[in-house]
Amino acid sequence: MKRHLLSSADLSRADALQVLDTAEELRTLANRPIKKLPTLRGRTVVNLFFEDSTRTRISFEAAAKRLSADVINFSAKGSSVSKGESLKDTALTLEAMGADAVVIRHGSSGAPHRLATSGWVRSSVVNAGDGTHEHPTQALLDAFTLRRHLGDLDGRRVTIVGDVLHSRVARSNAWLLSTLGADVTLVAPPTLLPVGVENWPVQSSYDLDSALDKCDAVMMLRVQRERMNAAFFPSAREYSRRYGLDGRRFARLPEHAIVMHPGPMNRGMEIAADVADSARSVIVEQVTNGVAVRMAVLYLLLSGQPGESERDVAPTTRESELSGLAGAAR
Amino acid sequence: MGPSAPRSESHQRQLSASPVVVLDAADIQRALTRIAHEILERNRGSDDVVLLGIPTRGVALARRVAAIMGGVEGTDVPFGSIDITMYRDDLRMRPARTLEPTEVPARGIDDAIVVLVDDVLFSGRTVRAALDALGDIGRPRAVQLATLVDRGHRELPIRADFVGKNLPTSLVERVEVNLLEYDERDAVFIASAATAGASPASPASPAEGAIR
Amino acid sequence: MTSYRITGARLLGADPTDLLLTDGRLADLDDAPTDAVTVDADGLVALPGLVDLHTHLREPGREDSETVATGSRAAAAGGFTAVHAMANTDPVADTAGVVEQVLNLGLAAGYCDVRPVGAVTVGLGGTRLAELGAMADSAAQVRMFSDDGKCVSDAVLMRRALEYVKAFDGVIAQHAQEPRLTEDAQMNEGTMSGVLGMQGWPAVAEEAIIARDILLTAHVGSRLHVCHVSTAGSVELIRWAKGKGWNVTAEVTPHHLLLTDDLVATYDPIYKVNPPLRTSGDVEALRAGLADGTIDCVATDHAPHPTEDKECEWGAAAMGMLGLETALSVVQQAMVDTGLLDWADVADRMSVRPAQIGRLGGHGQPLEPGAPANLVLVDPAATRTIDPRDSASLSRNTPYAGRELPGRVVATFLRGRATVLDGKLQ
Repeated sequence: MKRHLLSSADLSRADALQVLDTAEELRTLANRPIKKLPTLRGRTVVNLFFEDSTRTRISFEAAAKRLSADVINFSAKGSSVSKGESLKDTALTLEAMGADAVVIRHGSSGAPHRLATSGWVRSSVVNAGDGTHEHPTQALLDAFTLRRHLGDLDGRRVTIVGDVLHSRVARSNAWLLSTLGADVTLVAPPTLLPVGVENWPVQSSYDLDSALDKCDAVMMLRVQRERMNAAFFPSAREYSRRYGLDGRRFARLPEHAIVMHPGPMNRGMEIAADVADSARSVIVEQVTNGVAVRMAVLYLLLSGQPGESERDVAPTTRESELSGLAGAAR
Repeated sequence: MGPSAPRSESHQRQLSASPVVVLDAADIQRALTRIAHEILERNRGSDDVVLLGIPTRGVALARRVAAIMGGVEGTDVPFGSIDITMYRDDLRMRPARTLEPTEVPARGIDDAIVVLVDDVLFSGRTVRAALDALGDIGRPRAVQLATLVDRGHRELPIRADFVGKNLPTSLVERVEVNLLEYDERDAVFIASAATAGASPASPASPAEGAIR
Repeated sequence: MTSYRITGARLLGADPTDLLLTDGRLADLDDAPTDAVTVDADGLVALPGLVDLHTHLREPGREDSETVATGSRAAAAGGFTAVHAMANTDPVADTAGVVEQVLNLGLAAGYCDVRPVGAVTVGLGGTRLAELGAMADSAAQVRMFSDDGKCVSDAVLMRRALEYVKAFDGVIAQHAQEPRLTEDAQMNEGTMSGVLGMQGWPAVAEEAIIARDILLTAHVGSRLHVCHVSTAGSVELIRWAKGKGWNVTAEVTPHHLLLTDDLVATYDPIYKVNPPLRTSGDVEALRAGLADGTIDCVATDHAPHPTEDKECEWGAAAMGMLGLETALSVVQQAMVDTGLLDWADVADRMSVRPAQIGRLGGHGQPLEPGAPANLVLVDPAATRTIDPRDSASLSRNTPYAGRELPGRVVATFLRGRATVLDGKLQ
């Protein structure tokens, strides 16, 4: 694997399987009395969170600590960043403190990429969510969860429902699941599907009911009610009526199909409360799996020659493929 | 363990153009049988004995020895595997390695006599890592070490309790172990660096040349 | 003033000839004074001094990124003898006082003629007309008015502005961007923006305003100039308007003739600009439009920004690229070396027509005896690798850093005075 994890589009099938297989072994750690491995002892992992996210930050923190790394948490609120310090100066400070890995969550798409390619830091950069662009470790833990329940993902049908336009989880999952051979269908109202989605390696549909009949897994994305103020949909009521996973739709799912959600959920909006709590919902398991997957990512990124500078060259394979298509269609 | 004639034998091997087989299938079988009996003798039976093989080939050896022991005692001797990748002392120096499974038998290792099983004992660093890994899983009553081949050149104060064959080697030589479970045959052979088929980091013989 | 005898220059790319610059004008070679300096222009192309209809000189208010002095030096280095300085300064150039200040700063610097552009609305607020007449009557003699940076989006206000400037032969230069369709937009809306998860700037937000403005212009019988046209659809609309005989002119930036939106995948804000870089289909349509004259001229939209506004994450970065010093090279690469324009056409698009649109006497004139000596000598055979540190601008935000571009400005003359000689600013 390369030095950074910026986007799931960067992962080859072999890379992705290596992460999942490694996570499979690391998951057993949770059952041991001593939930610790010495692997990253003496390494420093910095959580650089410009956006609030207790859940993801804690997951990365647990992952790093279970590998015996030292963890430094940096959150934007109340810090020098909120007083106007730039990303660059923050990065230089972390570099001066000797960070080996920086886990960054930022509101601006491409911020982790800037950090990785700018030359400000020599550490590995892990994208914990950048704007509406990508959230690669979420996609990895989703794929890991799917694999545990469905086995090999080749040919498996996964339906992703919700605000795809603004969802970094949807993008990361679309690239990763298709790399792993799954058939992905994105379902959303037309206002919430990105321009050019017909060029993505997935299907898309405006109709949820027909997409649920034959799927092996359905992943519900969080939809913010405030989007109705920007006219993406007329009302929360209409959204959940047309695109929510309610009891009626849940009953129509194939028996083996699992229900997923990256969290946090809007119970009653995109997913009914009893569906979220049903036996076929793996939402809580996704969280557990998140720690193992993030341990695998940190281990795979931080092994290898330290201090060797390896510039990631942009654009990524997937993005340059698509821009080739973009040239033709607009 | 008297001195063999190390220098001239290994010197001769180095001059040889092709790998030299030092143990064939029958030799390996006899060695494992002897090791199985030695374990039983030393521990006065198989009660509380758990065999844990160090991946990759240590696992197959552990399974075979457990089967032989079980045949003698008329019981099932628990065996499993213990992956030491996360405990290596050279992680920063090499690209990340895929993890192998760690499967500890249901009775666990607390208060057990754990016999670590590996194919080649060389620097001793693998075994050091295995001891650390064991410590995080439980607290055995005792830990013993069985190895098919001991090729010398220890870098740590580690010694095997049960040895299939002592094989003095020079540092430029490579010891390769083939087992039917993974390869086409059972054999142990020695190649000089020039004739060795695989690169040092290949999974063909992970303990060999991996943690030097 | 020094006289110059220029020998062996290819006038507008034609056969080599000799020129005499004396007393600020071109003259017959026989009238050469004895102390005239000879400039060997063997292999060089002579063009009328370039005229930029769209430059941001940042002064007053943002002197950390550029001043009138540094900007006009960059202009001269790029072969320009006149630039139109956009009004989005601080304070905004919406009164006679500010435009006269900018005019005087340009005169004091003396590297090119600085023609201030007046704002259309007070403070660029888009609600009240600025005192366009006062600016027109001032020493700055403003003829071009623009809220560039912002769009005059209110249809009634745009109508009134178009009508009002008829009184003094003014032109409204519109930055066409429907604000509601482009809130927080970061890049072209297309497949790339969908993949990168960036807020898109759809082509229709430019085209819808252009269509409306063309119809308003026809309806009230005025003049419209469309700034930095960036989409294929916009080119078609302008072609249609001209076909109808309506008084619509248009400009395109050098970067929109060369760069596309897949560069945004680098997340390097050096490529962040408004209007955004678009697709290769748009680039082709813009080149064709410039070639057939639908697009009248090239205008740089030179937009300096301090380093900290570009050395950050994309969302936080400022929009804009430098352009004055690389414009001619980029046009050569995109249009001349591809056979779409010859050097006579370049003179037309980068000097003659912009001077006409801006009602700028003395520039863009045919290069014959008696004409003002506003001239640039270019070496089309040279190549140079662009190094931002070489720039005369105060800022460094050029998108061509490290790129090899053809052509080099060897000399620039402003009314017979050399502002650039031997490739160096004087």
